[in-house]
Amino acid sequence: MAILRYALFRTLTMFATLLVVSVLIFAIINLPPGDYLSNQINELRATGQESGIAKAEFLRKEYALDRPLWEQYLIWMGFAPGPHGFSGMLQGEFGWSFEFDRPVSEIVGEALWLTVLVNLAAVLFVYLIALPLGVLAAAKSKTWIDYTSAFIGYLGLATPNFLLALMLFYYGHKYLDLPIGGLMLPEYEGQPMSFEKMKSVLIHLIIPTFVIGTSGAAAMQQRLRANLLDELAKPYVETARAKGMSEPALLTKYPLRVAFNPFVADIGTLLPALISGSVLVSVVLGLQTIGPVLLTALKSQDQFLSGFVLMFVALLTLIGTLISDLLLALLDPRIRFGGRGQ
Amino acid sequence: MFDLVWWCASGLRRCRPRQRGAADRAVSDRGKSVTSLLNVEGLTIGFGNDAPVVEDVSFSVELGQTLALVGESGSGKTMSCRSVLKILPPAAKILSGRVLLRDEKGDGVTDLLPLSNRRMCDVRGNRVSMIFQEPMRSLSPLHRIGNQVIEVLRLHPDQSKKGKNKKRVLETFERVGFPDPERVFSSYPFELSGGMRQRAMIAMAIVGRPDLLIADEPTTALDVTTQAQVLGLIKDIQQETGMAVILVTHDLGVVANMADKVCVMNRGRVMEAGTAAQILGDPQHPYTRDLFAAAPKIPETGGSEKAPDKTDLVLEMAGVNKTYTLKGSAPWSPKVIVQAVRGVDLTVERGKTTAVVGESGSGKTTLARIALGAEAADPGSAIFFRAEKTSQPLDIQAMDRDQRVAFQRQAQMVFQDPYSTLNPRMRVMEALAEPLEIHGIGSNSERMARAEEMLKWVGLSPNMMTRYPHAFSGGQRQRLSIARALMLDPSFLVCDEPTSALDVSVQEQVLQLLEEIRDRLNLSYLFISHDLAVVGRIADDVLVMRAGLVVEQGPPEALFFNPKHPYTKALIAAQPEPDIHRPIDLKIVAQGAGDPSTWPESFRFDGMNAPPLTETEPGHKVRCHA
Repeated sequence: MAILRYALFRTLTMFATLLVVSVLIFAIINLPPGDYLSNQINELRATGQESGIAKAEFLRKEYALDRPLWEQYLIWMGFAPGPHGFSGMLQGEFGWSFEFDRPVSEIVGEALWLTVLVNLAAVLFVYLIALPLGVLAAAKSKTWIDYTSAFIGYLGLATPNFLLALMLFYYGHKYLDLPIGGLMLPEYEGQPMSFEKMKSVLIHLIIPTFVIGTSGAAAMQQRLRANLLDELAKPYVETARAKGMSEPALLTKYPLRVAFNPFVADIGTLLPALISGSVLVSVVLGLQTIGPVLLTALKSQDQFLSGFVLMFVALLTLIGTLISDLLLALLDPRIRFGGRGQ
Repeated sequence: MFDLVWWCASGLRRCRPRQRGAADRAVSDRGKSVTSLLNVEGLTIGFGNDAPVVEDVSFSVELGQTLALVGESGSGKTMSCRSVLKILPPAAKILSGRVLLRDEKGDGVTDLLPLSNRRMCDVRGNRVSMIFQEPMRSLSPLHRIGNQVIEVLRLHPDQSKKGKNKKRVLETFERVGFPDPERVFSSYPFELSGGMRQRAMIAMAIVGRPDLLIADEPTTALDVTTQAQVLGLIKDIQQETGMAVILVTHDLGVVANMADKVCVMNRGRVMEAGTAAQILGDPQHPYTRDLFAAAPKIPETGGSEKAPDKTDLVLEMAGVNKTYTLKGSAPWSPKVIVQAVRGVDLTVERGKTTAVVGESGSGKTTLARIALGAEAADPGSAIFFRAEKTSQPLDIQAMDRDQRVAFQRQAQMVFQDPYSTLNPRMRVMEALAEPLEIHGIGSNSERMARAEEMLKWVGLSPNMMTRYPHAFSGGQRQRLSIARALMLDPSFLVCDEPTSALDVSVQEQVLQLLEEIRDRLNLSYLFISHDLAVVGRIADDVLVMRAGLVVEQGPPEALFFNPKHPYTKALIAAQPEPDIHRPIDLKIVAQGAGDPSTWPESFRFDGMNAPPLTETEPGHKVRCHA
């Protein structure tokens, strides 16, 4: 029961945080003077194209950009009625991208799911690689196994991601016939999901996952190794040994549980770091993820588009933290019953 | 129910001498040729190519017997006992020797040292089990206690009986004195107190009914009354099950209460071995004699009880209260209010020592922090400090910035753990000069001169100025932190358990030093300790605290010779003495250290209200109804 109450409480605080974040995001996007449309109007004036001005002025009115900032915020969030009644984020209306001249939802639509897919694959990769390697390195510390895994780990950390991407593309294509760039064959783009499309996506995912996940996995493996080594030196490990437990059983039951905490706590920061960190890789690999879109939107002050993407990343961060907090509470009774013991 | 257990315990104790005789005879009759349960022969352990840390150590123990391995830190006693279970640090190598364990049926012996790890796992927890020093850290914080204990049975196929394991664990919990075994079974270690955790450890060690229990300083981390109870418990269980016990300890008092045979170790070698009566009654080896001489004892002679003449007080605390408000376990649950200090009156006379004695959680450290102005007492408390006899009293509660700086020059602190209170990256001279730097006193050369002088004062050599703390032993480090406290030429020192992290022989030297400098510099001490023997030696006035309240106060002669309060009596009774004819009386301990409602009528609480602190004799106050 306590855990349910805790979950409820954490969810509520999450929404409160999201609200604060939305204010911050909106304020920061609007920090530079002017907006996309006023910049465009100025440009049109300067080049003497009076005809376009009327359309831009119309759009300004249509999206309430002529109103004071606080009102714009309320309308954007859907707290206050705009020119067309309530139509903000809360109502699922994400606005219009001036840069691409299409609704935000349309631009972001598929990219969003592909982003989640790529990053989920990368997170899984990170955990699947880091967990066994970290445990192995700690259990066999100061042997060749430890040194080799550390060496590979540092290689993974030190190699620039985009370089790794180019190298993998070249050799992957040469020897394994892996596709270059993109997340699916061009003929599937914009098509409804099918078995063939999924297969194409999965094959295309191999290299991006590897590229995005390597450094994260290397860092996490080293961290897990260090944590585990600390735990292995603690008296309760000796107690378990004195009970007659075999080393592998002992390792997995006791110190690993404790060393797992930072591992789980990482989920919260891992999700957003993967998204913003993979922008460069996405550009190099030509992935249709949300990263490159965000980059363009921010450069051209396309406020609804960038606002939406930033809110999405923030939501992802908060959900990640929520998941890791709840998992921690499940895993660690000290967090759950912290108050009961005293 | 507890009382009944303890009563039985003391009853059994009365039969001890006869049994001890029997055990001794058994050993002498059989001599060395007959195998004991455990025979360790010529054990030598070393790290790498360094000189061995344990050299040619032999000892043996028989069923029903307790062998005490006694020694100071670094004597190799822990290494020797751990080698029986082969749970040594990875770098340690057993160079030679045999560890012979008699087979279960008693018809042969097995040398444990060459056994494979797999076969060792059958021995560990099954035939030989172990209790460790720190109950706080020896249990996994993430697993329920029941889970960790029942595991012992599950790990050993010959122990495990389907469906009966839990019942057996619950029975063991009941045996070690848990009133509600089911609750403990599903508790986590952090929900229990230190003493309760050590009981859980004992339950874990005995649930497999081992033939040999190795207890490595099992009570060192516990309060003295808890120690007495845990020792009593181990002894009772031994009587019941007839197992052998190897007890590793530095405390001769514990030895006297527990051991049949004693093995005194120093620097990895056995100095002296024999029956407890021989070694404790008539020690032959000079090292053993030194250990005895260093062990502080509670004074027994009733001195002249005269009220101290309180005209020149350095520190005056009156009606000091301190309440902490803790956050509830969740944001919406009510706040918890803890009364750490309740209405304490305390004075420190110039040139004298006032000691505060109590167990963990008694509020003694909070009191010390309040005295130094490091923590604010509740409103209404009065705390005054006089730097000199004639100076204006300074209200510590209401100091401005300049007054505080001036006060800090006058009042300094010596901390408990000399290992963590010195910055490992600062040379001795930097550490010593730092207080002067902070207060902007003197030129660099003057500071160095003062630091050299202080080093001489505390019995260290000035050519140690450029060393780092790691090059010093525990006792030397404590001398360094005393020197550091003296750098500002204070008039008042707060010593928070300054000797409890030290070996007995070193503890003696540090106490001597503290006394010397007090008399030479006319310093005044507020001395915080849990150890009555230490306090009895250094203090002029003693306050015994329990749960934030002063229960008894008086000069040590009066307090120790004629204790009135059941809690003081319990503290004194629980102090183990190195004399086998004076075992700990668990009945007194259990009564005094137990709930106040079990105290005699005149000391009982009236609901939440404690009886008043009444002066029974001049200078001797007891919390009781008149």
